[in-house]
Amino acid sequence: MRALDRKMLRDLRRIWAQTLAIALVLGCGIMVLVGAHSTQLTLSGTQAAYYERQRFGDVFASMTRAPASVVRAAAEIDGVAQAEGRIGFGAVLDISGMEEPATGRIVSLPPEGAAMNVPVLVRGRLPDPEHAGEVAINSFFGEANQLVPGSHFGAILNGRLTQLTVTGWVLSPEFVYTIAPGAMMPDNRRFGVIWLNESAAAAAMDMAGAVNEVALRLARGADERAVIAALDALLDPYGGTGAYGRDRQLSHAFLAGELQQLGVMSTYMPPVFLVVSAFLVNMVLGRLIKMERPQIGLLKAVGYGTLDIVWHYLKLAILIGVIGIVLGWLVGWWIGSAMIALYQTYFGFPFILRSAAPAALAISAALGLATVVLGGLRAVWASSQLPPAVAMSPPAPPSFSRGYVDRAIAWLRVRQTTMMILRSILRWPGRAAITLFGVSASVGVLVMSYFMFDSIDIMAASMFEESNRQQVTLSLSQSAPESAVIDALSLPGVRRAEGAFSMPARLVHGHRTRLSALMGHYEGAELARLVDDREGPVALPADGVVVPQILAESLDLRIGDMLRIEMLAPPREVLDLPVARVIEQAMGQEVHIGAAALFRAMRVAPQVNQIHLLVEADAMPALNQAIKTTPAVAGLADWADVRGQFDATLSENLLTMVSIYTLIGVLIAIGVVYNAARIQLSERSHELASLRVLGFTRGEVGFVLVGEMMLLTLVAIPVGWVLGYGMASGLVSQMATDLYSVPFIITRRTYAYAGLVVFVASLGAVLLVRRRLDRVDLATALKARE
Amino acid sequence: MTDTRDRTVPVFRTEGVTRVYKTGEVAVHALRGVDLSLVEGEMVVLLGASGSGKSTLLNILGGLDQPTEGRVFFREQELTRVSDRALTTFRRDHVGFVFQFYNLVPSLNARENVALVTEIARHPMRPEEALERVGLGHRLDHFPAELSGGEQQRVAIARAIAKRPDVLLCDEPTGALDSATGVQVLEALTQVNNELGTATVLITHNASIRRIAHRVVVLADGQVKSDERNTTRVAPHEVSW
Repeated sequence: MRALDRKMLRDLRRIWAQTLAIALVLGCGIMVLVGAHSTQLTLSGTQAAYYERQRFGDVFASMTRAPASVVRAAAEIDGVAQAEGRIGFGAVLDISGMEEPATGRIVSLPPEGAAMNVPVLVRGRLPDPEHAGEVAINSFFGEANQLVPGSHFGAILNGRLTQLTVTGWVLSPEFVYTIAPGAMMPDNRRFGVIWLNESAAAAAMDMAGAVNEVALRLARGADERAVIAALDALLDPYGGTGAYGRDRQLSHAFLAGELQQLGVMSTYMPPVFLVVSAFLVNMVLGRLIKMERPQIGLLKAVGYGTLDIVWHYLKLAILIGVIGIVLGWLVGWWIGSAMIALYQTYFGFPFILRSAAPAALAISAALGLATVVLGGLRAVWASSQLPPAVAMSPPAPPSFSRGYVDRAIAWLRVRQTTMMILRSILRWPGRAAITLFGVSASVGVLVMSYFMFDSIDIMAASMFEESNRQQVTLSLSQSAPESAVIDALSLPGVRRAEGAFSMPARLVHGHRTRLSALMGHYEGAELARLVDDREGPVALPADGVVVPQILAESLDLRIGDMLRIEMLAPPREVLDLPVARVIEQAMGQEVHIGAAALFRAMRVAPQVNQIHLLVEADAMPALNQAIKTTPAVAGLADWADVRGQFDATLSENLLTMVSIYTLIGVLIAIGVVYNAARIQLSERSHELASLRVLGFTRGEVGFVLVGEMMLLTLVAIPVGWVLGYGMASGLVSQMATDLYSVPFIITRRTYAYAGLVVFVASLGAVLLVRRRLDRVDLATALKARE
Repeated sequence: MTDTRDRTVPVFRTEGVTRVYKTGEVAVHALRGVDLSLVEGEMVVLLGASGSGKSTLLNILGGLDQPTEGRVFFREQELTRVSDRALTTFRRDHVGFVFQFYNLVPSLNARENVALVTEIARHPMRPEEALERVGLGHRLDHFPAELSGGEQQRVAIARAIAKRPDVLLCDEPTGALDSATGVQVLEALTQVNNELGTATVLITHNASIRRIAHRVVVLADGQVKSDERNTTRVAPHEVSW
């Protein structure tokens, strides 16, 4: 090996701490890029393969009841490749050991096996068509309730409690995300999907020779909208509730929304990190090479050419870069795996096709190398242009001069050590600015990640404390007169009951349509209220509808526009109502209307199909028991449970994400401050040693070093807050999906945490360097000519 | 090996060399029209007070710096008004440097510090041979931090002579050393001059060293104040300070 290469390797070992700090900062940017991209590619690739293998439908429809022959007719529609009909319905379940009722989505399984939306068996076996009481259940439900093959549970089928036997656990492309209709969070204990033999399902629903659900697979290049229109026309006589594509299929819509957000994260966040780390690597590498100035002079003196020297230092830079890139790849891969594992806890995939994201690997490596090469080149070029005699001699003392700032400082009568700090910052404003930028970037990264807690808090507060103050919501099997609310008061422990009316609906404005729901609110409702995220409870106007902002945008609605509402369940009315108000709601998708206005438009007496309850604390068991035997009630939502689920799911997910970003923020802060302090120490060791010789204590000399860095950190924190505000607002605007948007609110708590974490990280880094200052040998430092 | 060079042929010739440094508003005249010529195999001591222009002259001769005015020739080749690349080639092929503060690469051991130069030289000696010549054959694998000042300077001399340079330029090579160690370094230099016939220019502000040279040039205020030939040379060990 050439002596010059040996020098490089030994230099690298000597400055290992700084090398590591640079590599870590660079690695952070690469890690986010690789981690996010590989997760996104893995999940979307897995989704596509899963859909294809299990023949996931493209168009779905349900109706009251249609003859099985309608399936053949549907298959004849132009552009349809395959059609399958089945019987599907909801049922109340009775799981032993669970006091409250669970609900099930029952899906019929043809005796010859499903041809579309084929379930994947993960445990046990599929039900035997000869045994009516056998069922397969989705794995999440089986796991949550310990319903292993062979166990039994009860289901109320057609008004009769029927014992069912579990034969196996399955996963299905239709239920990757299993969420009960109308629920906000998956609840695997209280909601399950049940595959029941077709004959048993037909018997339970009295649907022999009939179907009430149809799924279609489209031929390549088929026009989905045309197929949906044709299917609607076909099913209309049978009470069709409106066909829809995958975009409105519940599981797919959630999965697609999640993948879209992940896509934003993987395209929006990594550049932020990469740009930040590029700046830092540039700065640190630049300073590192500037300190090699005398050696560059020597190499020139003994006859090495400029290009030899530039290449030598570039190799050093590239080596540091390669360390960072490999670290970033490895940790990125690991983080990707952790994120995928996290997603698997609530997305049911039978297999995972791990994508290495080769493009992300290549791009990150190219960007990483460009970063170090540019940083290295910039520094080594300047030094290599100096005549060797000048390069070898120590740089001339920086020219400090007295400006008005100095006079101002002098007027403050600060100590000379403080003066040294202030002068040093003023003398090298560029260097101070880079340190400042680096530290503020790490504050910004933390604000951007912590603010999600604020947003979630706001969403949760809005949903659980403002909008839904009821403890229990009962869903009725069918609409009932207002007097049902009075009846509900007689259920055990009920202190207050309020009725509401909710109806699936197709919303139409011009050529835009959305499947959603219409919510009718009764005047004086205090439990389930309509709440604007910013302005609080909203009184419903006497006429017209209230539309959340996201929905208004997607339908291009403004106040005063007429909105057509097509009800998708009996009485299937079509109403044309004006938009009276647009409100801000993070999770809002429904159209709201006052009950008086609604039933006036429908020309019927007021009805309810939901009852919200306030219940005595110890009455829940009795209430649950009563509901299990009340046929008029189809389901019960216990809001304390909903909230618990919500908090548990989010805290787990958010905690993982936030720990990752905290780690990154801390690494960047440490990387910047440690390197800046090391550079200070090496450039000023002579000066600082002189102070010690003059009789200053270690503490006083340390103050010069620590003080400058911490002063910069303190100035950087507010700058980082502004930076973080900008990054967070960019992220929010990118992350809004069709299903929900994130409210943009940053609390003081977030700013405080971000500032505190970075302050502590900086202090730790600079104290590490201070320890070195204590070890500097005075005599050597004074003699050294560097 | 003995000296076979023609002691009348000039190695270096300068014509009215002037060097002005500008720092801010102040212009410092380090050299004011120096005319000098050095011949093959000669050992010249450049004496002068601090700031007399010794180092500037040495740097210009060695191609480390360029004069503001005047011309410099190495043999028939003009060193002024040439490219950076040409100066690099000149240094690489013809000049060996020894500096006051050794300027060794701290992360390379003695042998490797010498190899740094032999790897790019045209007809170098082996690093081991160069180190043996300066009496360090037994300390090949020691790093600069493990060597005394005198030993470090001798490594620097070995590094300078290993390429078999035509000229050896030494800037205060004993400046950072005590008397006894300094003598060892001077002996190494004299020995190289005698055995290899390398023209040597040695800067010092220590007047007692003048007696080991063939010729003594005294600089003052950037000009040549005197230029004398020693009638009798003494060996370094007879010098003390």
